[in-house]
Amino acid sequence: MKYEPRPEVKDDGLDESIKKLTPEKIKETIRFALDKECGARLKVYMDTCVHCGLCATACHQCISHDMDPKYAPVAKVKDTLVEIFKKDCKVSPEFMKLAARIAYIECGGCRRCSMYCPFGIDIAYLLMVVRRICSMLGVVPMYLQDTTNSHSVTYNQMWVQQDEWIDTLQWQEEDAQKVVKTARIPLEKEGADIMYSVIAPEPKILAQLLANAAVIFAVAGLDWTMPATDGWDNSNMAMYSGDFESSGRLERLHHETAMRLKVKKIVMGECGHAFRGAVYDGPRHIGQAYPAVPVIHAIEFYHDLITSGKIKIVKKFKKPVTVQDPCNTVRGRGLGGKLRDLMNWLCEDFRDMNPRFEHNYCCGAGGGVINCGPPWTRNRVVANRTKGDQINATGAEVVVTPCHNCHSGIEDIIKEYAPGTHVKFISELLVDEGCMEIPEHLRPGGD
Amino acid sequence: MQDFISGPLVWIAFFVMIAGSVYKITAMIKAAKQEKVIMPYMRLSFSLRSLKHWLLPYGTRGMRINPVMTAYAFLFHICLIATPLLLAAHWKIWGIQFPTLPGRLADLMTVIVIVGGVYFLQRRILVPYVKNVTSAADYALLLFVTLPYITGFLAYHQWFDYGTVITIHMLSGCLMLMMIPFTRIAHMLYFVFTRAYMACEFGFVRNARDW
Amino acid sequence: MPDYKDWNWEPDKKIIADVADIGNKYSEVHEFVVSGDGEKIAVPVKTGDGEFTACVNGELWDARFERLWYPRFGPDARLAALVMSDDEWTVGVDGSVWDEKFEYVWNTQFSADGGRIGVQTKKNFQYSVCIDGKPWENTYLSIREFQMSRDGATVAVLAQLEELSEADVFTFLDGTWGVVVDDKPWDDKYMNTWGVTLSDDGRHVGLQVRVDNMKYGIVADGKLWPEIFAHVWEPGFRPGTGSLLAPVKTAGGFALYEDGSPIWDSRFMQIWKLVFSPDANRVCAVVCPEFGRTTVAVDDRAWDITFADVVRDQVFSPDSARVAAITKDNNRWSICVDGKPWPVDFDMVWKPAFSHDGSSVVAKGEQDGKYFVAVDGRVWNQPFEMLWEPIMSPDGAKVLLRYVEGGKYCRRVMPLNEIK
Repeated sequence: MKYEPRPEVKDDGLDESIKKLTPEKIKETIRFALDKECGARLKVYMDTCVHCGLCATACHQCISHDMDPKYAPVAKVKDTLVEIFKKDCKVSPEFMKLAARIAYIECGGCRRCSMYCPFGIDIAYLLMVVRRICSMLGVVPMYLQDTTNSHSVTYNQMWVQQDEWIDTLQWQEEDAQKVVKTARIPLEKEGADIMYSVIAPEPKILAQLLANAAVIFAVAGLDWTMPATDGWDNSNMAMYSGDFESSGRLERLHHETAMRLKVKKIVMGECGHAFRGAVYDGPRHIGQAYPAVPVIHAIEFYHDLITSGKIKIVKKFKKPVTVQDPCNTVRGRGLGGKLRDLMNWLCEDFRDMNPRFEHNYCCGAGGGVINCGPPWTRNRVVANRTKGDQINATGAEVVVTPCHNCHSGIEDIIKEYAPGTHVKFISELLVDEGCMEIPEHLRPGGD
Repeated sequence: MQDFISGPLVWIAFFVMIAGSVYKITAMIKAAKQEKVIMPYMRLSFSLRSLKHWLLPYGTRGMRINPVMTAYAFLFHICLIATPLLLAAHWKIWGIQFPTLPGRLADLMTVIVIVGGVYFLQRRILVPYVKNVTSAADYALLLFVTLPYITGFLAYHQWFDYGTVITIHMLSGCLMLMMIPFTRIAHMLYFVFTRAYMACEFGFVRNARDW
Repeated sequence: MPDYKDWNWEPDKKIIADVADIGNKYSEVHEFVVSGDGEKIAVPVKTGDGEFTACVNGELWDARFERLWYPRFGPDARLAALVMSDDEWTVGVDGSVWDEKFEYVWNTQFSADGGRIGVQTKKNFQYSVCIDGKPWENTYLSIREFQMSRDGATVAVLAQLEELSEADVFTFLDGTWGVVVDDKPWDDKYMNTWGVTLSDDGRHVGLQVRVDNMKYGIVADGKLWPEIFAHVWEPGFRPGTGSLLAPVKTAGGFALYEDGSPIWDSRFMQIWKLVFSPDANRVCAVVCPEFGRTTVAVDDRAWDITFADVVRDQVFSPDSARVAAITKDNNRWSICVDGKPWPVDFDMVWKPAFSHDGSSVVAKGEQDGKYFVAVDGRVWNQPFEMLWEPIMSPDGAKVLLRYVEGGKYCRRVMPLNEIK
């Protein structure tokens, strides 16, 4: 079989940035990254890999490209790190552009391949090392870099101004009160049990999700708060662009904000990578083994609310539904079982995907891939035909996924491969689709 | 010459293999401690939980979706390690009596190693995503690993000139032993550790399964 | 700061307001706040459809607003709240509102004596600050941090000084953010600016900056320290001086620098949250001696004890001799004083306070939804429905408690030795 070369894609973050690079600067930077920031893992992985290629069968990008060898995880390492070692870091600016494309676009760091590698080589980590090098050199896809820049300035990923954030919460509180009259979004409530944190697309483009959260909290009768300061955004694209300094800085503020508000835990909205950032990568970037404040993902949170009887399910969603396991909460937290409980409780016709749980394929948008923006959308959709096939095989009309990246990624995929299908968050089933009981006395006009 | 190969060289080979392996593993553990983010997450229970799946044939999903490869991989590795260890002729060098394999079974196992080697070779040549990442060193490694078995097989059946064949057999066997810590064959040393680390990152840290 | 010696320190218990009654009277009652001296308790309440005001000691402000939130008592016990009428926002102070109105106001700050009140403002999509009702003349593209000097005379903000179009990563590299002091922008612009801080007299300004992708620095009074670092955290001025200290990441790890030179020999995996002693001679910080362990270092010496989760909110005793801090290990919160942990832990604990002579430490803790006062590691067996942080009397013999019990908000001064 003849495989197509990579399609040309214009991205100033790569094309223009490499113009400023010299081989000396590249060598010095890579040396620093490899010698000062890497150690046992890099060395042992590079010495252990026997090039068996079994990881290829795990990668949605490789499968979607008809097993095109260049998309095999091991090839991505060979074409980047191995080449760097072989050339003793003397690589060209053009090489760095290709390396960036491989590391940012052709690998989303989903870690599925590690489950198929007999040695458990963390290939996603190796490509994260490449991302780190690219970030140090300033060769990052433009939109991803812009998101990281936003994080570094505003501590949120979409340049949301401080007033816009508070204003949106106040406005969503009013919207929530149209559903539950006692609903509030208590801002800056020191000593609440829970700080609820979300990612910037919620206030920016999906504000109704904030109202949904307020409705759920009100019905469950929980003591919660949201900050009226920076530190409310739990997302972390700096972790994916390779800017670990910014990553650590924003995760520190996220947890600091929770501690300032004296909450006992952070409950986060339906986002996967944010969970990874807040619980795993972020703390490590600031020298902590574990997050300062316990973080509960929405899947676990809803599950607890239902099993403890704090909210009741009174109606099941009728349409055939399947579920997308977000990498960072299923492979990254083992929440696949609880997610399926929720699906079975909330949906009349739940049709599971195959493969699933830890073995589910990434949506293709995670790991910062979708944040690389419009130049790469087509590329991303083509690289995940597998997901389209997986969805179609279920015959479902709705894909539920408790993750923003999955949500946006799947939306692009179904447009191409499964037209007529829709994507929903769990909170939309609970509130908008009326699966959750809203007791009469809490309804506007009720006693 | 023959005396050197069957005597001191074997000792040297074992010494190099053992000392090299100890050195490599010690260096790895030292480096792992320096990297900070590894040791705090290592847990024996999670390592064993995962290794159990990875050491059993078809114990992981990856093995199940690649059934032929799995069969070859397990048979090849089992025979590769067991045959020389349990072969009566080997122990005779030191005059040790040991429960050993019947010659014909050992012969069959040797064939399995050779056939496995051929299987891996054709995979490297014919499967595009394997071929793409295969270098001359990978072919050479395959040759060095299977050469003691090929020559062992020839010697057992006394094909070609026995003296030459057995010399090459012993030489290549010693060479392979010495190569273990210093080439990719080191994956046999590292396997337990890399897999255990991933098992802990998945199991202990992330409450997930890595098989 | 207003002299807290002037507060009523006579041992006494006074019921200030009926909190339960307030809760019953209004359809919406938000979060209560109390003044430092404990004499006032305030809460935003809903008085009618789309109508809010502040309720202080049970009495309502005269004015009604479409929204009122973020009530905060200043050090002089004046209450400032953010209020909206006719879709315009401003600040209400003890019931009267500023004349100047904005599209939005937030982040109320007070000078040390409470005499000056400032907020961040937005008008016509431009950002600025307003102090005591007087807005700055200039507006900026964005403002994210705002600091008032102790006397309130100087105000420093971090502002975006250059336009940045969508996804323009190149202009961003050139620097778009800078410092504005008293409405005058500095010349230099940086990729990032954080943690602006002022000396006590307001004459010196310090901050963290990012000068290039991987290069961080500390700027004091507009001048970048000569050394560039792999990372930096919040700087702080030594009290009463113009001397700036900052944790900076060097090749050997994080180090503590003062005016551009190292002052601690130790290097740590992490240093942050500098706290100075009242006599300005000592400094302590939260440090990580190794990955995953954290503790306090005082004057270059880390406590022997380390914690897995968190150390924060360190405080020096008034005589500068001792240090107490909040700790969290295995998800249990506690207090550690001079490296010796309290034998009790809590679901949550608040910033500790020393008695005047430094001999005792008092803190508020929460256990099973009730609040307690703890002194020197002993928990007083008296639960409260609500409790604010206890304050030690100037002579160190008494403690001021502000709490809600039986639905009543009380102010109580009691001898420290009665808390057992």
